Amino acid sequence: MLNIFIRRLLLAIPVLLAVASLTFFLIKLAPGGPFDADKAVSPQVLKNLNEAYNLDASEWEQYVDYMSGILRGDFGPSFRFPGRSVSEMIATGLPVTFELAFYAILIALLIGVSSGVLAALKRNTYLDFIPMAIAMIGICVPTFLMGPLLVLIFGINLEVLPVSGWGQLPGDKILPSITLGFAYAAYIARLSRGGMLEVLNQDFIRTARAKGLTERNVVIKHAMQGGLIPVVSFLGPAIAGLLAGSFVVETIFQIPGLGRFYVEAAFNRDYTMILGTTIFFSAMIVFFNLLSDLAAMWLNPRSRDIS
Amino acid sequence: MSNSSTLWSDAIYRLTRNKAAMFGAFILLILIACAALAPWIAPYSYSFQDLELGASPPSAAHILGTDVLGRDLLSRILYGARISLLVGFVATGVALVIGVSWGIIAGYAGGKVDSIMMRIVDVLYGLPFIIFIILLMVIFGRNLWLLFGAIGAVEWLTMARIVRGQVMGLKNQEFVMAAKAMGVSNFSMFRKHLLPNILGPIAVYATLTIPQVMLLEGFLSFLGLGIQPPMSSWGTLIKDGVESMEEYSWLLIYPGITFTITLFALNFFGDGLRDALDPKTTDN
Repeated sequence: MLNIFIRRLLLAIPVLLAVASLTFFLIKLAPGGPFDADKAVSPQVLKNLNEAYNLDASEWEQYVDYMSGILRGDFGPSFRFPGRSVSEMIATGLPVTFELAFYAILIALLIGVSSGVLAALKRNTYLDFIPMAIAMIGICVPTFLMGPLLVLIFGINLEVLPVSGWGQLPGDKILPSITLGFAYAAYIARLSRGGMLEVLNQDFIRTARAKGLTERNVVIKHAMQGGLIPVVSFLGPAIAGLLAGSFVVETIFQIPGLGRFYVEAAFNRDYTMILGTTIFFSAMIVFFNLLSDLAAMWLNPRSRDIS
Repeated sequence: MSNSSTLWSDAIYRLTRNKAAMFGAFILLILIACAALAPWIAPYSYSFQDLELGASPPSAAHILGTDVLGRDLLSRILYGARISLLVGFVATGVALVIGVSWGIIAGYAGGKVDSIMMRIVDVLYGLPFIIFIILLMVIFGRNLWLLFGAIGAVEWLTMARIVRGQVMGLKNQEFVMAAKAMGVSNFSMFRKHLLPNILGPIAVYATLTIPQVMLLEGFLSFLGLGIQPPMSSWGTLIKDGVESMEEYSWLLIYPGITFTITLFALNFFGDGLRDALDPKTTDN
């Protein structure tokens, strides 16, 4: 276990280094300098700006400078918001995005696992068909449609929940969390139904039933541990999807999180901000994938033995 | 051709008996026909503006209403179908070409080549590709062909894994060894012996990739980083709809319904195809 963890962690380092370098040089390919404004800037000002941001150094020097900065947790200054550093913006946006993602995944797990397990137990009854039909809707209705529809219904027509914001009005966290969590609830429901069906047919479940365990104990103690491995393996990649979802949800609900900062940076061509957040997101996703793989391995006794 | 039941005739038989899949195929055919015939069947041009009319709810003259600039929504949905479906099919095609070649080469070569190629796939799997697409769109401008390429370049990974697995299984069968012994070149080995035998899984996965790609396009267009005006896809129509949904909710609802139905149809058809070609997986 520990061995695999260390090996995977060591592999992650060159990967992240490659991502960071690739992104750095891609950004350099981008047309236009960071200070190309609508108004012409005098050459002297431009020279000073370039000097201040170290843009007159050779690309190689800039690269080395930037990379050593990252190791110290310094992603450089933002090109669009003078006086603010990229690290600062990540630090303000990240907790918000994390909170949103946390509620979303909580909702997804609660709804997804319970309906998936129930559907597997009551196979081919309405308790199976109806949740699975809803899950299909969850998979086919994209987040960028689900969010506005929820706003239209609950925010504008019924006027029961706030239409935007984060932590300013009571209940304004509900709609964004549901919007982001719904698609994952759907996937998780399908995965846990499939996983449970597979496990429920196996001999050890029959044995558990034969020795007189209550159905509750059979399901919770024996079946779910194996049946939910697909769900656990899905959680790592889901983090990447949640991140993309947060771009949309934070834009729709005007939430000041990292996702919205990223989209704004993309529009404003705030290259340092894009660069910093890209590297940061990649590191985060590589880390979460690692965690979910390890958790899945730990849950599966067979792969536990191999290590 | 013999009359015995081949894999394909068997699969088609199973597919035609699957109501959900047939329904999906029916919807898809209608959509493709509508997209192809848009210039002839659309009641108005997609750019025709009736500024005096402005946004109007569905009526006899404009079945699905008009947008803020007085453009007929039905016509815009029909023209949007062209772009959305085009992105769906072309980007899937790109993913198909990369993924299938990668998978065949890795699976057939085996050994070191295989482990290096698949390790690359593993590594790429773990990266936040959506961010790289956004990055590319920002750096190189929001160009339709770049969009195809970028989305295709992201979606090939699973295809490569599936194809590699299939080829690994085929590689040790007698007919492949016989072909090898007869000195068949690598290229004709891929084309004549391997590819025809893995078309089933490829077809299934390609059908299921199309909705993924369309979602991705919609996502980018929604953020304003995908299709740019005056072109419009369903994603941009939904984006426009969201901006004015408080007063003119039909502008969000109709494009939204169209998009969702299309994704449903593609998923139903893809699931049906999978069940038809691989009866073992029907239970899931």
